[in-house]
Amino acid sequence: MQQRVYTPHSNIRKPWLMIREMIVDIRRGNDLAKRLTIRDIKALYRQSFLGILWAFILPLANTLVWVFLNNSGIVAMGETDIPYPIYVFSGTMIWAIFMESMQAPIEKTTQNKSILAKVNFPREALVVAGIYQGLFNAGVKLIILVIALAIMGYFGGWSLLLFPLGIVSLVLGGTAIGLLLTPLGMLYTDISKAIPLVMQFLMYTTPVVYAVPKEGFSSQIVRHNPITPLIMTARDWLTGVEPEFLNGYLWMNLVIIIMLIIVFVAYRLAMPILIERMNA
Amino acid sequence: MAGEVLVKVEGVSKKFCRDLKTSLWYGVKDLTSELLGGRHDQANLRPKEFWAVNGINFELRRGECLGLIGRNGAGKSTMLKMLNGLIKPDTGKITIEGRVGALIELGSGFNPILTGRENIYNNGSVLGIPKKEIDQVIDEIIEFSEIEKFIDTPVAYYSSGMKVRLGFSVAVHMKPDVLILDEVLAVGDSGFKIKSFNKINEMMKNAAVIFVSHSMPNVAIISNKILLMEYGKMEHYGEDVSSGIDKYFEHFGGNDPKLEFNEFAQVEEVEVVPSQKYASLGGIPAIDYQDDLNVRIRVKVDRNIDWFHVKVQITDKDLKIVGIYDSFQFQEAIQNDQDIHDLQAVIPNCIFINGEYSVSIFIQQRDMVLKKWNLLGLYRYWTKFRVKASSTLGYVPAVVYLPGEVSKS
Repeated sequence: MQQRVYTPHSNIRKPWLMIREMIVDIRRGNDLAKRLTIRDIKALYRQSFLGILWAFILPLANTLVWVFLNNSGIVAMGETDIPYPIYVFSGTMIWAIFMESMQAPIEKTTQNKSILAKVNFPREALVVAGIYQGLFNAGVKLIILVIALAIMGYFGGWSLLLFPLGIVSLVLGGTAIGLLLTPLGMLYTDISKAIPLVMQFLMYTTPVVYAVPKEGFSSQIVRHNPITPLIMTARDWLTGVEPEFLNGYLWMNLVIIIMLIIVFVAYRLAMPILIERMNA
Repeated sequence: MAGEVLVKVEGVSKKFCRDLKTSLWYGVKDLTSELLGGRHDQANLRPKEFWAVNGINFELRRGECLGLIGRNGAGKSTMLKMLNGLIKPDTGKITIEGRVGALIELGSGFNPILTGRENIYNNGSVLGIPKKEIDQVIDEIIEFSEIEKFIDTPVAYYSSGMKVRLGFSVAVHMKPDVLILDEVLAVGDSGFKIKSFNKINEMMKNAAVIFVSHSMPNVAIISNKILLMEYGKMEHYGEDVSSGIDKYFEHFGGNDPKLEFNEFAQVEEVEVVPSQKYASLGGIPAIDYQDDLNVRIRVKVDRNIDWFHVKVQITDKDLKIVGIYDSFQFQEAIQNDQDIHDLQAVIPNCIFINGEYSVSIFIQQRDMVLKKWNLLGLYRYWTKFRVKASSTLGYVPAVVYLPGEVSKS
């Protein structure tokens, strides 16, 4: 028979026990996570006429704006290896994947506040569900991207097959950052208010709508931005360009995995404290 | 199997903060120290904090049902949240064996957009029960909840009664070792309530039950152990359920004397005459079970009133009216021919259960033409008395304890 002991002490003092419990909970929560994902995806499109098309409409509108700005000569986007519309369309789509994954942990936790406060269940399931949903949404975008490229008559090469790998890194990376912010974000709404602002700034320091500058201060910023390799490599694979930041990409994946493990533990430890304050 | 300790609570306390902003800041601090493995100084209060639960100890074995009672804000729900592992205690230790089933709030854990059936599976997976196991009991769950017709309807369209039926049914069919119920049956109709109590009784053979309720009759029916909390502390704990319930009622000063109306009649004194046996005792007059209840009323009635009636209303600690005597039913009206009337109402054979009661006095006049009552004076909860039934007639979930005899005919 399973025994549970609740004490004031932090479980971090018994790391092995904690990790064992965590693995059990993640496994137990997996089934739940699948259900939550299906439920949320259904809910997402249930009351929408255009449904899944929204995943396509927003980046398309964005692309049109940037193409217009680029063509009018108001702003110079730099030389891109591929036609600019394709560059900016794939860039905004990829960025959206990252952004959504980042917001998922806070969103999911907030959405499920009431059930968190009343039912004891493996809370990791919420995060896992967020990852599943992120992957699902990304999958939809991937299909749209591939179709759009085909319509435009563009085919970069078979490195396209590596593109899903790039997406997985983006989803996991976004989740790790989002998860890091969740505990504080659950206490103070300032966090979720600040995210869009910071993200906008971040987007302009990442080569999403413009090419990597060849030189100068901005080039340094873009090259040192840890998200640059993730975005660039994914797009390069999609469009068949030789990935410039492959090394950085591999390193980033290692960082993401380590970070994900750490923030997962932090999330688990933080939950009882957050639940207590949520009701306060 | 029976008799093993399933729940053990040792010196458990929990503090809460009164102020939201401060609470959030403490949250950040607690987070940091939790992640660093510290969390020192939990046994002391920081500014603006108070003990919501303070030094609770109890033990619950298989086959026992603990009635957890106390006023609103006494710390019952916080205690349950700790038992259910939702929040951590600040001091002490909780040990729970086996599968825990909890029904903390009506419809919690239900997703409104999913159907009842989908929610059963969902609830199961939330509790970590494999789909196979749910497949085996799902028919039983649906049958017990009696909502077959609506099981494939989204829960959003359920009435609160239907939600509680489904919730309760799911919780009890998951075969928990420890079942936690927080005032959930209040919404069910009587039919379902009776069914639920029977089910709880049946389950108690294999489980330990913790039952929170404000309905003392319900607590009295199913609990065989009681824990009364007041301001987070244990006020009464043990197997003597009825004295725990008595103590609970002592907390309610809601029946303070209240002069509601004295336009045409002024009651100068109301007094219950104690039984001979208790006459020498001070304080609230005490009546022996089955003695006469003798109420003395000194009243002054307005000159313009010719005739009046007296009504004596008796309320228990729950502010429930348990008895009414109305002179109108038994006799002619009393003639107002004196300045001051010294009246005595004798109500024979007082068979109320052990406890404290309040007496309200109505002086009124019957308007024979319009066939209605005119209120002359109303003195609510004006005096108190106590019924001392023998200890064997302790708390029973009834208003009166009927005397009687069984013989062979």
